[in-house]
Amino acid sequence: MKLLPVLLSAIGGVLLAAPPGAIAIRNARVVPVSGPAIQKGTVVLRNGLIEAVGAEVTVPADAWVIEGDGLTVYPGMIDALSTFGIPEAAPASGARAGAQAATPQPAAPLAHGPEDRPNTTSWLKAADLVKPTDQRLESVRAEGFTTAVTFPTHGILAGQGAVVNLAGETAGEMVVAEGAGQYVTFATSPGFGGGFPNSLMGVLAYIRQVYIDAGHYRQAKQFYAAHSRGTPRPEFDRALEGVLESSRVLLPATRRVDVDRLLRMADELHVEALLYGLPEGYRSADLLKNAAATALVSLKWPEKSKDADPEEADSIRVLQVRDHAPSTPAVLARSGVRFALYSGGIDKRADLFRAVRRAIDAGLAPEDALRAMTLTPAEIYGVADRLGSIEKGKIANLVVTKGDLFAEKTEVKYVFVDGAKFEPIEEPAAPKPGAPEASGPASNQSGANQ
Amino acid sequence: MKLALIVFVGAASWLTAAPPIVIQNATILTVTKGTLNGSVLIRDGKIAEVGENISIPPDAKKIDASGQFVMPGIIDCHSHIAADSINEGSVSVSSMVGIQDVLNPDDVSIYRAVAGGVTTANILHGSANSIGGKCTVIKLRWGKDATDMIFEGALPGIKFALGENPKRAGNPTGQRIGAGNVPGRYPATRMGVEDVIREAFNQAKAYQQSWKDYNDKVARGEQAIPPRRDLKLEPLVEVLEGKRLVHAHCYRADEILMLLRVADDYGFKIRTLQHVLEGYKVAKEIAAHGAGASTFSDWWAYKLEAFDAIPYNAAIMMRKGIIVSLNSDSDELMRHLNDEAAKTLKYGGLTETEALSLITINPAKQLMIDNRVGSIEVGKDADLAIFDKHPLSNYAKVEKVFIDGQLYFDRATDVAERPEREAEKKKLMDKEKEEQKKNAPAGRGRPAA
Repeated sequence: MKLLPVLLSAIGGVLLAAPPGAIAIRNARVVPVSGPAIQKGTVVLRNGLIEAVGAEVTVPADAWVIEGDGLTVYPGMIDALSTFGIPEAAPASGARAGAQAATPQPAAPLAHGPEDRPNTTSWLKAADLVKPTDQRLESVRAEGFTTAVTFPTHGILAGQGAVVNLAGETAGEMVVAEGAGQYVTFATSPGFGGGFPNSLMGVLAYIRQVYIDAGHYRQAKQFYAAHSRGTPRPEFDRALEGVLESSRVLLPATRRVDVDRLLRMADELHVEALLYGLPEGYRSADLLKNAAATALVSLKWPEKSKDADPEEADSIRVLQVRDHAPSTPAVLARSGVRFALYSGGIDKRADLFRAVRRAIDAGLAPEDALRAMTLTPAEIYGVADRLGSIEKGKIANLVVTKGDLFAEKTEVKYVFVDGAKFEPIEEPAAPKPGAPEASGPASNQSGANQ
Repeated sequence: MKLALIVFVGAASWLTAAPPIVIQNATILTVTKGTLNGSVLIRDGKIAEVGENISIPPDAKKIDASGQFVMPGIIDCHSHIAADSINEGSVSVSSMVGIQDVLNPDDVSIYRAVAGGVTTANILHGSANSIGGKCTVIKLRWGKDATDMIFEGALPGIKFALGENPKRAGNPTGQRIGAGNVPGRYPATRMGVEDVIREAFNQAKAYQQSWKDYNDKVARGEQAIPPRRDLKLEPLVEVLEGKRLVHAHCYRADEILMLLRVADDYGFKIRTLQHVLEGYKVAKEIAAHGAGASTFSDWWAYKLEAFDAIPYNAAIMMRKGIIVSLNSDSDELMRHLNDEAAKTLKYGGLTETEALSLITINPAKQLMIDNRVGSIEVGKDADLAIFDKHPLSNYAKVEKVFIDGQLYFDRATDVAERPEREAEKKKLMDKEKEEQKKNAPAGRGRPAA
């Protein structure tokens, strides 16, 4: 009986069936995030929305019933900073959200200054780039993500993000909201002669000039609109259009000094900043708190490079950062700093859950971890009216587990995206060293996952 | 008048009402007021009293410096520590970038420089550009955030560079800096460097004029769009208006004279010539312009344009009336600038006080912060270094360093804490190894199927 779904999902995690009129998950433990957990409750989904949730909800006559005994229903998780859904962003590494430096386009002509708008594609919109064919969607859903805030990530001003649901027949169906913000990296050209900018201070100067230019451009356009006759028209500048369209800007903050300088810069440029990365967030909480800033914390905790020379000892500072980084969410929670967690490109459930557990082990309350991956990112991006919690009328994005979310042995049984049910491929349990050798199909699957 | 501005802005906000500190029984090398045996009283971050017999407040914390020497905190007029990037080498005029944007207070070189008695440093952009980036004077307040390190009220600077570095960065065959197939970048000659500087100031003057025109229009009540703010030209306008100090990297006499001519043509001043190894050949002209000179003690011949350097350079320039300092340009040399100063006793016969002035009051004058630092005088910042021997002895070690009256380095404490730091490091390394073992990919090491 267990074979059937496994077989079906092995074909590609397919949509098992078009949902009937309604689906009801009955007698499950429901964790709505927006309110207290319901020990024995029912959630009814219809037309891609949550029709009802509660302990006393009657199952509609036309509903397809899922018995929820032993299961827990959570809101679908939101990856707060991601490239999921943009197939072109999928390659091995480099394009991972949060990567320090994306490689610039090799064929681009050398920039001689800010006027050449180097490494800039601020007009690109993730909403135009997402496709349901991104092969990562299936494994990402298996982690419990139903939504990603996804961004173009190549370049200094890389483009504008969108909130997308991680399933859909068409790209258009996936998009929940656009205008999530402008994604910034500190991409530099390699070496001298590689074109402007080739240093961090060059990148920062460039960003400052672009925002000053954008303000001037807006002013010039407004003036022109009021005095078209007799005024030379301002030259159309798509890079500045892209900047002006972006209500917030995502800035990479690896160290405390980055937090400090970028918060100051955001203040100077009058932009709403979301700082992302934050492995040193544990020692930056005072700065974030004072600026009432919001942080996106990568779950990809810093690790000793696998290629590192074993003879070479790291400095105590480097060791401290690697040890303390997972305490960042706990410290931010204690300090009252608003933060969301994002996968940092982790696309295996075991890795993702282990990363969250490290934060929990370092003092983060499990309910705060859950909130940081559901309702808080929805609030940050202004979509909490439709995503992030199990409430009547919100989008029917759910994760149904056997066991507590993030626990080591927990299975993700079902994932609902816009009310459509998915049964994730079960990742084979990693055999313990010394455990009997798994054989046959299971180990083949294991190979496919590595 | 500029100095007055610095005084008022200098009120330091981070100072807390700490008890006064008195350093007793020391040999005090004030640099500007002679040498005496006595005490220095520090109150509210400032030097409150200096003398052989001073009244000691009852709540003062006493430091017995018997047999030790107190000198003003050392000032390095040319440093590249504490910054995440140094060169924006892509363009030959990179005045839109600035060190202040990338100050890194976690750079351990800061602490090591403090341990060498340095309390203030001029952090410069690199020398790959005819006109380089903006520069920032910092106090080495190790442990504070970047903004709290900035020497409040000090005029900002900008780096210029002449000769081999800016032209080599532009030379596709000179692979010293940009390895590989680096495309050519103008200029590739000394003539070109001059042209780039002149062209940049032509642009800056036009830009300055565009704002004047706009402001005039507004004053007449006309409607107008302001000019676009240009971050590359703004600092050059500040140079023209005397609001930003020019620190120019140079070696040869001919290029030094070239730059002084350009500055005279455009009506601005070169505040310091950096390196200036052939300064002794044109000392009269440098003095006439009013430029300071910040040079090395005795290194030369590390490249062609440094062949004519002599160790008497600092002394000769000083005798010709130039304000001269010795700088490090190196995080290592920075830790023993007192040794560098001592070399001028032998080469050029400077007095002890003159030698010390090369690394204290003179760089302070060059950076226009001498009302705050550079000597031990009542009212100045309590930036002090205590040495166990005379600082011009190369056996001297720094015992304690104060900045704004706060102790930032104490040799005894540092030594005492070393085992603790080693233990923490070992603990972290062991813990990480343990975690790695625990999280090793399952199945690793099992027999191949």
